[in-house]
Formats: sequence, C-alpha cells, structure tokens
Amino acid sequence: MALAESGPLAGAGAQKPQGYWAGVGARLLRDPVAMICAAVLLALILSAVFAPWLGLADPYKGSMIARLKPLGTDGYPLGTDEQGRDMLARLIYGGRLTLFIGLMPVVLAFFIGSALGIVAGYVGGMVNTVIMRVVDVFFAFPSVLLAIAISGALGAGIVNSLVSLTIVFIPPITRVAEAVTSGVRGLDYIDAARATGASAWTVIRVHVIGNVLSPIFVYATSLTSVCMILAAGLSFLGIGVRPPEPEWGLMLNTLRSAIYVNPWLAALPGVMIFLTSLCLNLLSDGLRSAMNVRD
Amino acid sequence: MLSYFLRRLILVLPVAFGVSVICFLLVQIAPGDPLTAIMPVDATAEEQAAMRAAYGLDKPLPVQYAIWIGNLAQGDMGRSIATGRPVAQEVFGAVQNSLLLAVSAAVIAFPLGIFLGFLAGYFRDTTLDKVVTALSITGVSVPNYWLGIVLVIIFSVNLGWLPSMGAGPGGSQDWAWDWLHMRHLVLPAVTLAVVPIGIVARTVRALAGDILTMDFVTALYAKGMSRADVLRHVARNAAATALSVMGLQLGYLLGGSILIETVFNWPGSGFLLSNAIFQRDLPLLQGTILVLALFFVAMNLIVDVAQAAIDPRIKRS
Repeated sequence: MALAESGPLAGAGAQKPQGYWAGVGARLLRDPVAMICAAVLLALILSAVFAPWLGLADPYKGSMIARLKPLGTDGYPLGTDEQGRDMLARLIYGGRLTLFIGLMPVVLAFFIGSALGIVAGYVGGMVNTVIMRVVDVFFAFPSVLLAIAISGALGAGIVNSLVSLTIVFIPPITRVAEAVTSGVRGLDYIDAARATGASAWTVIRVHVIGNVLSPIFVYATSLTSVCMILAAGLSFLGIGVRPPEPEWGLMLNTLRSAIYVNPWLAALPGVMIFLTSLCLNLLSDGLRSAMNVRD
Repeated sequence: MLSYFLRRLILVLPVAFGVSVICFLLVQIAPGDPLTAIMPVDATAEEQAAMRAAYGLDKPLPVQYAIWIGNLAQGDMGRSIATGRPVAQEVFGAVQNSLLLAVSAAVIAFPLGIFLGFLAGYFRDTTLDKVVTALSITGVSVPNYWLGIVLVIIFSVNLGWLPSMGAGPGGSQDWAWDWLHMRHLVLPAVTLAVVPIGIVARTVRALAGDILTMDFVTALYAKGMSRADVLRHVARNAAATALSVMGLQLGYLLGGSILIETVFNWPGSGFLLSNAIFQRDLPLLQGTILVLALFFVAMNLIVDVAQAAIDPRIKRS
C-alpha cells in the first residue's frame, strides 16, 4: 500500500497533501455506523482469537444431564446445546473457524483475482481473451450453486471449503481488476512510462498497481459478507466444517432439531452469522464512500 | 432484433461448452473411486476392470467427455447411483418444484423491491429513504437459511399457522393451487424473497435517484407535464437496467434456493442436490448442477435480448 502514496493517483486523493490513505482513514473515522461495525467486528475477532484465555467453559465437553438448557440458566448464560455443551463458549470459539473460513477466501481471491485481472487488462490480446473467457464460464454459475457444487464434489472439510469459496470469488474480482486496469492502461502517464523504456513488469508494479488496487479492494470488501454467509451455509448443509468443531453454520444445523424444545436457543448461532455479515456490509459501504469509489 | 438474438446466441455457446466442461470435471475432482458406491466389496481385480470398462472409465478424459456430451445431446444424463432411475427424469421433476418456489419468491420480491426502491429514490435523503436503505441492507446481509428457521419458529412452532416443511399432502407429485398446498409454499417463498427484495430495492433506488436528476426530467416538468406522466418516462428509462437485475435474480433464486429447500424439505433441485452429495451420487450431482447452470445461462440470454428489445441504445453499442 506504500506504493499508493508515492505513485500518481487518480481522483481526489491525488491532490490531498496528507496522502490518500490518511484521508480515507480520517473520513472513515467520522462515519459513526462504520466505526460501530468495525468495533463489533474487532470484538468478535479478538474474542475468537483469545477465546482460550477468556475463562470460558470447554466448548467440546458435553453433559448428558444439562442438555438444551434455556438462556439464562445458572452457570450457562446462553444455555447449552443438544449435547449439553456451553453455548456461550461454543459461540465464541465458533468465531474462530467461521470468521477464518468466511474471510480467508476473499483474501486469497483478492490476490489471485487481482493478479489475473491486472495481467489480463494490461497485456491484453490473447492473454486477456483466455483469462476473461474462462471467467465468463464461471459467471454462468450462481455463486451459491458453484460453492455447493465444488464443496459437494470435494467433500466436507475446512481446506475443501476454503478451496471452493476461493474459486467462487476469483472470477468476480478478476473481472473488476481487468476492467479498472484496462481503464488505467490507456492513460497518458502509462504511455509516458513505457516510452522511457520501462518493462511491462516495472510499469505494472510502479504505475498500475497503486492505481487499481483501491477500487479492487473496495469491491473485495463488499464480497466478504456474502462469503461469510456462504461459508456458514456450507457447514449448515454438512459439507463444510465437520462436527464436533464449534462453527456457527454447523451449530445452526445440529440445533435445528431442537426448535420445538428450545426455539430461541436454536436460532442463536444464526444471530452471530447475521451480525457479522451485517457489520461487514455496512463497513464495506462506509469504506466505499470514504474512498469516493462509485459503483 | 433477430440478428441481435443470433449474435448473442453465438456468444453463449462457448460459455455453455465451458459449463459442461466444469460439470464434467466436478466428478473428476471428487476424491475416491466413482464406482465404490456400486462396486461389491469382494469384487476381484478383473471384475473391477470389467465394470470400469462398462462405464467407460478406462478411457482417456477427453474421450470420456465426448461420450458424456454425446449422450447428453440425446437427453441421456446417466443413471442415479442411489435410485437407479435416469438422472434426467429426477432432475426435471425437481427443477419444476424449484421453479415454482423461485417464481413465487420473485412474485413477492420484485414488486415490493421496485416499490420500496422507487420510494427511497424519489424521496432521497429523507427518513423514508433511510428506512428503506436500512431494510435493504438488512435483507442482503441476512443468512436466509437462518431467517427460514426463525420464521418456522415464529409461524410454525409458536403460532402454529403454517407448516414447516414439505410441499403438501401429495409430496412432490401432485401440486395444486389450493390452500392445502399453497400454505406449504408461503414460508419458503417469503424466506427466499428477502435477499432479492434488498437487491432490487437498492438497484431501483440508485436508478430512480440518478434518472430523476437528469436534464430531461427537468425539461418535462418545465413544459408542464404532469407528475404521473414524468414518472412514466422515468420508469421507461429505468426499465432495461431494472429488468436485467431482476432476470439475474430469478436465476439466482433458482440456483440459490438449495439452502432454503434444505431448511423446508422442499422437494426441489436443491433438495435433490444435497441428497446427491450425501449419497455420493455423482451422476445426479453432475446432472443437477448442469441443468441449473444452463438454466442460468439461458436466463442471461433472455435478459440480454429483452433488454435490447426495450432499450434500443443497448443494441447499437
């Protein structure tokens, strides 16, 4: 990201003396909705990472006599699940896998998709045709269907979920990266750089990346919410994380049979997925307006 | 118009080819031997080889693909490993049920989404706009499989008004448009409608907001045209884009109903797909995905052509 400060920038950021990212940060700090969402997400991530040190109950240890205890039971503030495991502990520990599988694919797809799209957009010609026609084919699948198809064929498992979701999000990011790169490529300063004899790699590294990464990044953040919902959805279907691991989608699935016994307890894991996905969406919207990127 | 349609059709063919390759490869990336499900455990090496040959699995991949696509062209998608019935028969029965659900959800979502989006776009930056925007962002953020469960808890478990699963007394076979059957459709259709309501409302809000500030709108008001007539012009300008978003959403509804069908045990393609996954029924998995993806491709084609028919500017570009 340091490149963005040294490189020439399109749009309003170029004139800002304090640097583009500092301006974005300042605008984001003044957006109360985005800040609340960022705080909630940070709290979720930190509690998931430091779960073992929070003095919680063992999320794997069940109890035959304490199954499906309602919310507010003594010793179990959020009740217990169908095997008598502490819900509070499982929800907090559940953030580890859910957030990891929900966010990592977008990160991976951001790097792979940006690379593919920048190459396709800058090199053009046959390379562009090959990459973009393959991307078109993947666009023929609704994302839910593609994720389930690949995960269904590969089978359940954390790595398989990561692979299938990454494949789902590479094509849209590639398409956006290609579009913004093609736009930048025709600009005068790129021609000027080429005229000085800079190699394609140097031009991409010094002049293209700094200018295309921020729109690609904003677009990628807008995909995180969908990715969260899909990742938990795969586990909900039984083709993601395997039991007995705590994971929100999987917990929602195993607690489904309890809706006639203790309905609101059964809905809790979904609340976590909803909260995360809502915050991701709102934060991405805030980032978009802070960066002045229009869709 | 016809030449535009043909041009679009030619562009679709390579995509359809790519889709078929991906569906073919799905079975190849699956771990384990595709025959383990049907192969007797005590089969000798020769028997295994004979079975492999019978299914054409001893041939190189491109040859296998050619055979598969050849059969496909004759409507033969192989047989389900679990039930032994032809995949085509299973898939089309299920897709009908999925279509019923998807179209019902669309009938709920599209008018509501357009209405809300237009209100928000017309009364931009008012409280109404903020409420609609908040609603639509909630709609696109909610995991709909969880929403389905919540609706079941409220309307089936607590209130007992609506059934929580299935497609009515006759199962998947005899659908009828009476309350006995339709009450089963209400919860899944409403659940499925939530995401497209949010997306359509968002799109229409942005569209209406943009078009209302255009010069021609000012000009129409200036020449004394009534508000209703001006809005008719605005609607015509927004129609092409709104239509394309809705067409895509209908495709997403069909392909994306998998999770909702699982929640409500709705006997559609998603339900079939999850059965196929758990029984490792690869031909069925492959066939279902292929049909759904090709439907989505066809939907895109229809949307493009319809868009060009409404808005001649698109055809020229």
